[in-house]
Amino acid sequence: MKILVGIKRVVDYNVRIRVKSDASGIDTDGVKMSINPFDEIALEEALRTREAGLAEEVIVVSLGGNECQQQLRTGLAMGADRAIQVDTAEDLQPLTIARTFLKVIEKEQPGLVILGKQAIDGDNSQTAQMLAALWDRPQATFVSEMELSGDKVTVVREVDAGLETIEVDLPAVISVDLRLNEPRFVKLPDIMKAKRKPLEVIALDELGVVSENNLEVSNYSPPPVREKGILVEDTAQLVTELKTRGLV
Amino acid sequence: MSDTATEREVMEYDVIIVGAGPAGLACAIRLKQLKPELMVAVIEKGAEVGAHILSGAVIEPAPLDELLPGWREKPPAVCIPVERDELAYLTTSSKRKLPTPPQQKNHGNFIVSLGAMCAWLAPQAEDLGVDIFPGYAAAGIHYLEDGAVGGVIIGDMGVNREGQPKDTYMQGIEIHAPLTVLAEGCRGHLSKELIAKFKLDADSDPQVYGVGIKELWQVAPGKCQPGLVQHSIGWPLDTKTYGGSFIYHMDKDRVAVGFVCALDYADPEFSPFEAFQQFKHHPTVKPLFEGGEILSGGARTIIEGGAQSLPRVEMPGALLIGDAAGLLNLPKIKGTHQALRSGMLAAVHIAEQGSGNGFDQALRASPIMQELQKVRNIRPGFNKGLWRGLLTAAIETVTAGKLPRTLRNHADHDSLTKLQAMKPVERRWVKRDLAPRDRLASVYFAATDHDEDQPVHLQILDPDVCVTRCAEEYGHPCTQFCPAHVYEMVEDSESAAGKRLQINAANCVHCKTCDIKDPYQIINWVTPEGGSGPNYQNL
Repeated sequence: MKILVGIKRVVDYNVRIRVKSDASGIDTDGVKMSINPFDEIALEEALRTREAGLAEEVIVVSLGGNECQQQLRTGLAMGADRAIQVDTAEDLQPLTIARTFLKVIEKEQPGLVILGKQAIDGDNSQTAQMLAALWDRPQATFVSEMELSGDKVTVVREVDAGLETIEVDLPAVISVDLRLNEPRFVKLPDIMKAKRKPLEVIALDELGVVSENNLEVSNYSPPPVREKGILVEDTAQLVTELKTRGLV
Repeated sequence: MSDTATEREVMEYDVIIVGAGPAGLACAIRLKQLKPELMVAVIEKGAEVGAHILSGAVIEPAPLDELLPGWREKPPAVCIPVERDELAYLTTSSKRKLPTPPQQKNHGNFIVSLGAMCAWLAPQAEDLGVDIFPGYAAAGIHYLEDGAVGGVIIGDMGVNREGQPKDTYMQGIEIHAPLTVLAEGCRGHLSKELIAKFKLDADSDPQVYGVGIKELWQVAPGKCQPGLVQHSIGWPLDTKTYGGSFIYHMDKDRVAVGFVCALDYADPEFSPFEAFQQFKHHPTVKPLFEGGEILSGGARTIIEGGAQSLPRVEMPGALLIGDAAGLLNLPKIKGTHQALRSGMLAAVHIAEQGSGNGFDQALRASPIMQELQKVRNIRPGFNKGLWRGLLTAAIETVTAGKLPRTLRNHADHDSLTKLQAMKPVERRWVKRDLAPRDRLASVYFAATDHDEDQPVHLQILDPDVCVTRCAEEYGHPCTQFCPAHVYEMVEDSESAAGKRLQINAANCVHCKTCDIKDPYQIINWVTPEGGSGPNYQNL
């Protein structure tokens, strides 16, 4: 079977981000961009599944302009067989992303779609869930363990109450969490090999997807600066200070 | 480098360049311009090109005009023409303007971010067919049977603290090439190994260094004067410590500020980081930064020895270029134009000769060396203190370095005065309230990242010295001179001395100060896992 893995180009987790002075967004001028860390984990799991003989092909898919080819090439260098770039200059929201993935699914007919649980820029955690609903297939989200067997997959999900084990019929959408695996390093010679692997570019409207952004972000602001504390001399002063601030 | 039983995989190139700084990238670009059929690769230990490099920086653009005519139409992201120069002498409370010496007249020059400039050069190299590999560290040299350099060994990745493979273990490959070009910058670890092995410094003076600590600030609107280049000497340093500050006003209300301290200082308790922070609190400096915020910051050592300390730059199978050799012009406080030129010179030489043979001679006969010769006595002139140094500098400038004398350089690690012999230094330093509070708060802005579960890359060759001799003689200067607070003496009831050295390797910003200044020369900096280290933005 084929496995489709979604990878998103995001600001690298190490970057010290700043809000733009006009509060319109995050300043991404000249900052390092990388594959969303959860997507790397998703790709690693897909590769291990193929290496175990349970899948034939791993396809990485990214939505964005030509700059996301850098991340797709990294995915190919890690071991993916093919890459697809859905070309768009727009900043897409989860519903549109899910609709786009559905179109790619219709084209590629994968047996499994693995996504990161959320992107570290938007932190929405919506795409996998919406995609499963649109595709009318099962979803298993926040997966920290995964075992394929025939046309079913048994997963352990990390949920608020603890760990939940469920069995899911394929094809399905899985979103992965941190503890699923540790992604492999890329070997230098594989970077060279990746340059020759197929990378297909399809325009968003070629897929028949109209991006309708239903959410409008009105403002970005940094967290409030933490106020300097004061040292009190004794309990009496502590009580006075608390009272002055209306805290007791 | 550990020997592993399995043979490493090998990639082959015609030329392998270690380091994607200005020298390395200029060499790669020039090579492909002259001989497009050559297979050229550049290895860079930073996670991306520009991640590990920082500089003031004011650059002379002539080498760029030569390398990439038309660059001015598509300049790097941060590139501001210099409008005005200022040099000042600071006392605790005042600032006295000094006449700008000719070496510091910057008309026609540009204030740049060296990291952004390298990130701008890299795609241009890739367009010419250069393979650039960021995130991979050249950890060792591949030697041929006859002892010549045959390439580099990429460091293993996924190794745990004890040196054992983790689940993600990936053995580093070897890159073989008939010629390896070391462009690691100041105190490169492979360059250090090769200089020792091939005795390249047998006929030159000891190398001398400084440490530069820099911050990029977003200042409150109305304070930045784009194109203004300011330098100072004097306070907060005493007359026996050589160094000074820079403030370069850029665009978008951004100001680059930094401080350079020569590493031949004598006081074991001196902290270059603290000197930098004090400078920012000078009454004529502080207002610029009030109401601002730090965008990024870091530190790197600077090579200061010039002509007298330049080693042989050629050995069987390899060359040293840029500051891996040591070409920075200290009176100008500029090394980038020299690095670019040396990269281009090496490329021309390789293209014409088919090898590195004769490059040392070519370098010494070139304008690069002439520039160093002209100013060779200025840095050592300061060995006798600030006033003698300024006098020597004036004489040498007026005579254009033609006086038949060459003052000598002395090793930085021999310069510390023992604690017992040290007279208290009156520093007149002030209480501080500008960010960053301390080195830990500062290192945050370097965005330095190391997997904690990897071998400690700061090797102490004789750890007993720390708690015995050093405790008594110098009082652990490493805990003071490291700008990232890597070294700490912590209480340890199990140790005979009651304390031990703790190395917080994850803080390291790869500046190499420790490798240089440690008085016992027992600290050996080696490269951590590729991709580790700082992630400088626009520095």
